[in-house]
Amino acid sequence: MNKPASHTKLIAQLLAGIVLMFGFGFALVPLYDVFCRITGINGKVDLTPGAYHATSQSEREIKVQFIAVNNESMPWVFKPKQSSIKVTLGKTYQTSYWAANLTKRHMVAQAVPSVSPSDAAEYLQKVDCFCFNRQPLNAGEQREMGLAFNVLPDIPAHIKTITLSYTLFDISAASAKAVASQP
Amino acid sequence: MSTIIDQAADSTSNAHTEAHHGPAKGFSRWLFTTNHKDIGTMYLWFSLTMFMTGGCMALLIRAELFQPGLQFLQPEFFNQMTTMHGLIMVFGAVMPAFVGLANWMIPLMIGAPDMALPRLNNWSFWILPFAFSMMLMTLFMQGGGPNFGWTFYAPLSTTFAPPSVTFFIFAVHMMGISSIMGAINVIVTILNMRAPGMLMMKLPLFVWTWLITAFLLILVMPVLAGVVTMMLMDIHFGTSFFNAAGGGDPVLFQHIFWFFGHPEVYIMILPAFGVISEIIPTFARKKLFGYSSMVYATSSIAFLSFIVWAHHMFTVGMPLMGELFFMFATMLIAVPTGVKVFNWVATMFRGSMTFETPMLFAIAFVVLFSIGGFSGLMLAIAPADFQYHDTYFVVAHFHYVLVPGSVFSIMAGVYYWLPKWTGNYYNEKMGKLHFWMSFIGINVTFFPMHFVGLAGMPRRIPDYALQFADFNAVSSVGAFLFGFSQLIFIYNIVCCICKSNQASDRVWEASHGLEWTVPSPAPYHTFSKPPQVD
Repeated sequence: MNKPASHTKLIAQLLAGIVLMFGFGFALVPLYDVFCRITGINGKVDLTPGAYHATSQSEREIKVQFIAVNNESMPWVFKPKQSSIKVTLGKTYQTSYWAANLTKRHMVAQAVPSVSPSDAAEYLQKVDCFCFNRQPLNAGEQREMGLAFNVLPDIPAHIKTITLSYTLFDISAASAKAVASQP
Repeated sequence: MSTIIDQAADSTSNAHTEAHHGPAKGFSRWLFTTNHKDIGTMYLWFSLTMFMTGGCMALLIRAELFQPGLQFLQPEFFNQMTTMHGLIMVFGAVMPAFVGLANWMIPLMIGAPDMALPRLNNWSFWILPFAFSMMLMTLFMQGGGPNFGWTFYAPLSTTFAPPSVTFFIFAVHMMGISSIMGAINVIVTILNMRAPGMLMMKLPLFVWTWLITAFLLILVMPVLAGVVTMMLMDIHFGTSFFNAAGGGDPVLFQHIFWFFGHPEVYIMILPAFGVISEIIPTFARKKLFGYSSMVYATSSIAFLSFIVWAHHMFTVGMPLMGELFFMFATMLIAVPTGVKVFNWVATMFRGSMTFETPMLFAIAFVVLFSIGGFSGLMLAIAPADFQYHDTYFVVAHFHYVLVPGSVFSIMAGVYYWLPKWTGNYYNEKMGKLHFWMSFIGINVTFFPMHFVGLAGMPRRIPDYALQFADFNAVSSVGAFLFGFSQLIFIYNIVCCICKSNQASDRVWEASHGLEWTVPSPAPYHTFSKPPQVD
């Protein structure tokens, strides 16, 4: 009988491959995030505030549209004050969104921004945004939530319209837990 | 039994041990068996059971779609049927069938006495009935079974899933473990257990394609296990892999899933290429044309399968460069596949062909798989895919490559090797009847789906607009024809096992390879002494 060289060694190598690939599946999560951040695809927006005065201005005008979306079971009324603004590149503009909590309980919301087309994401700078903070509203309370932004002048010429969309998430449960766990 | 005794008498040195190594009696034979033939048989029966189960679900779907409006099923249950049909056919019917064929044929083809890891083999089979019982059980649980499509996209499968999704996740884990163990076994067997003289480039193509498939399994099944684990954590442990509210991303799910999913479709088709490459030379009475190009083509398909996954998600909003890359990479797959189809046709060219049932299935495979391949090329064109995405055109495409592709090749393989397994010829007339009814049934079912798909009928819906009514009625008639003609297949197999119609050792006039050198039926133990391959 030709007793084969070593099953054990081959099996060990294959098992190592399996463990590695299981890890690779999880490694895809940060890899994908990094990839999106570098390339600016997926409309993922930088959540750090931009400079108030842009370094340069240009004559070009561009249209910025505002959209409000409620996530699944979010009961608030949530809409933009203006549906769109014509902006001059490099100039800072202010607008706001309006939210009302029509329920009978205190709730906390978090808005998550998204920019379309995705290659415009890196040129839309938020100077100040209600999405930087969680938004608590008491039962029946309403509020205007401010937003200040500018569009960098070196945005590619083919982009004529940018859509800025906010999705409002109900994070009451999560923030209650966070408060409870604080010392 | 007589053959076992014959063989024992041949080798006087180990006659004693041989005589005591026949199959055990009763149920424990199957429960504790480590014999590759027993395990292969169990895999094949299991696969047939699942094929009929998933087939019944398909018929329920087609019955509902026979007319517009809701007839038999509620939309919730319809969704569970489309989901379970897909899951059962992919993981329960096609994959175990190929593992069954591998278990039976690989040791016989390479001159090994058994699989390298017989106990692991027993385990990898016996996990499966439990995994699928658990999966089917979910249909009777509160909230019903999985209803989010076989691709189980988050958040449908996390935030909006029925409570039974946890059982679904564990079932996927179990069958993943089963597939991984099967793959380890195949690789170790092929690399370590070949008879002397059986060099790598002399391996039968079925063995080659399975070796490559096993590597694909090792590389992607752990990723599937990873993605369902992430779902489990999102649902029960408060993580947010796929939940945007917590900083996750649902599109991430699609990327990870299809990183597994695209190699998975080649896992289901590469062994089919192997089976067809065994059958066509036998009935064309010629050597396979371009053996080494077949091996290299299979390897390149396997490699390409890892860099095309995002063609399933052209519409999620990728940058232009991404769309272009995945579009061209996908089209590149047509080159090695074309090499294979060319080689099969060239093998048949000027051969003295006869058309027994396995050959009929094999030729139908070549023709119909090519049709499925062409519609795949259409879908690969990113701008066109925006139109075709999630329509019945996609359903037509993947059924053309999976049913007359994978399923026909399995049936061809069963008819081809059945005389070797049972020692009896099957009924040729019945086999041909089965073929023609299946062939007509399948085309009547799936060809009209191209038209309704191009006209815009979306997939996974229980009701549809009136203008699709005629084609859907035709599809349903074809589906019932195809479904019921499988009863002929089962009857033929049972007859072949029970009725004596002694097959010769070679079985087919021009059969080639080691598996035809052992008696028919193949004795319980073969190649205890390794054969010399020249």
